[in-house]
Amino acid sequence: MLEAFLDYNFLFKSFLAVIFGSITAGIAGSYIVSKKMVFLSGGITHSSFGGIGIAYFIGISPVFGAACFGVASALGIQYLASRQKVSEDSAIGFLWAFGMAVGIIFIYLTPGYTPDLMSYLFGSILTINTADLTALLILSAILLFFFARYYRSILYVAFDEGYARTFSSRVDLFKYLLIVLVSLVIVLNIRIAGIVLVLSLLTIPPNIALLYTKNFSKMIIISIIAGFVGMFSGLVASWYLNIPTGATIIFTLVLLWIISRMVNFRAKPEIIKAKAPPPMSGI
Amino acid sequence: MSTLIELKGISASYNGYAVLAEVNLKIREGDFIGVIGPNGGGKTTLLKVILGLIKPTGGEIVFNTDKIRRNKIGYLPQMAEGDNNFPVSVRDVVLSGLMIIKGHNARMNREDRIKADNVLNELGIYHLRNKSLNNLSGGELQRVYLCRALIGSPKLLLLDEPGSFVDTSFEQGFYDKLKELNKTVTIMMVSHDVGTISAFVKSFACVNRKLHFHDSGRITTEQLKAYDCPIQLIAHGDVPHTVLKTH
Repeated sequence: MLEAFLDYNFLFKSFLAVIFGSITAGIAGSYIVSKKMVFLSGGITHSSFGGIGIAYFIGISPVFGAACFGVASALGIQYLASRQKVSEDSAIGFLWAFGMAVGIIFIYLTPGYTPDLMSYLFGSILTINTADLTALLILSAILLFFFARYYRSILYVAFDEGYARTFSSRVDLFKYLLIVLVSLVIVLNIRIAGIVLVLSLLTIPPNIALLYTKNFSKMIIISIIAGFVGMFSGLVASWYLNIPTGATIIFTLVLLWIISRMVNFRAKPEIIKAKAPPPMSGI
Repeated sequence: MSTLIELKGISASYNGYAVLAEVNLKIREGDFIGVIGPNGGGKTTLLKVILGLIKPTGGEIVFNTDKIRRNKIGYLPQMAEGDNNFPVSVRDVVLSGLMIIKGHNARMNREDRIKADNVLNELGIYHLRNKSLNNLSGGELQRVYLCRALIGSPKLLLLDEPGSFVDTSFEQGFYDKLKELNKTVTIMMVSHDVGTISAFVKSFACVNRKLHFHDSGRITTEQLKAYDCPIQLIAHGDVPHTVLKTH
């Protein structure tokens, strides 16, 4: 296997994609799972298909088209929900189907055969190119920097927005920045797992993490590790079994969750004990 | 008593409705103000104007900057909006009370964690510091949020209906705690429960679009009538109280 990774350039690239994919999906996934924004993320994922369709039609990079559409729909949902008196889940319903419809129409209008359409629906980590990898690398760096520097602000805005407004006038800026970053994470990870499967890449690792911790920063770290283990073993398994990689990755992630759940189930339940107060001076 | 904050002719609206009209109030150092009034009368809006969460449509707020700044106000909201299932520990929630002093790229160090532990210990919930919120009872949650309001050593404490979700077993302890805190901190507390709070507040503010300040911890039904402050008086058995006849 090791020789295969060194011999085949595409396998090495897939390995890098697994690393950046687990970092980006682990960070963004922890945020959307904690904030219960999974349905919103599903909306972003599917509406980005519209961008892929238009990109095919006018002959530009599909990932770029999907990124534009994904970010625009994320902001559109927030706008509809806050300004147009449409409830957020209805707004998601609008844009979810609208994006898919736009995509289907433009792909139909595009002359000739669209060869790798399936790779956008179900993912194709083995054909990931250097441009995709560079984008994933940059996004990983931005996310790591942003979450390391503004960890407390992100945590408290996500946890209790109302209270956060008492100490920050930039609560909305943080929210919009985060939703834009989440959209970009989703779109770039579409290359790995596809529109249909990418959401589980973002939701399964954080849920594995939640079995072991109730602390947001630890949740992010465990998510990244769990994502890496699940994605890497999925990649290896699909190589040996000669089955589709994206689907195998989701399969191994679910398997990892089941194993973690069983290990966790056997662990002793927490017992709250009143301990002696700390030997410290008064406030 | 010197004035900490003065509201001069404050008008404010909420969701397009004018809620406060021409409100004047001097918050004096060391006072314990009970804010009473009917639902929708503007009590919460008043607190939010002082916090800077709602911009007044008219009038001005003057801070005595020698004594207080906005980041020295502790706030306990009526309904804490925090999601109890969010992966955050009690101690981390309390630490968020330091954000107003530390700013956006705040880091919490050992000293801050000790501060949080001390406040938790003070309110008797130190043993819960590493728990997540969904394991806590209503009264424990209330204490966590009070710790969040206290960790920044505030000069002024704004409490919005703190009695509304405290379990009765803790209620008396909670009010005793406030009384003790009032030795060093100025307190302004919204409550619908005039009966209970009249036992320890030093003054009353009746808010019903307008504000009437009453410089005594005792208030009678006649006065409430004169202030156009239609509130319910709730009598509690174990608190000494007087029921006055309506004329």
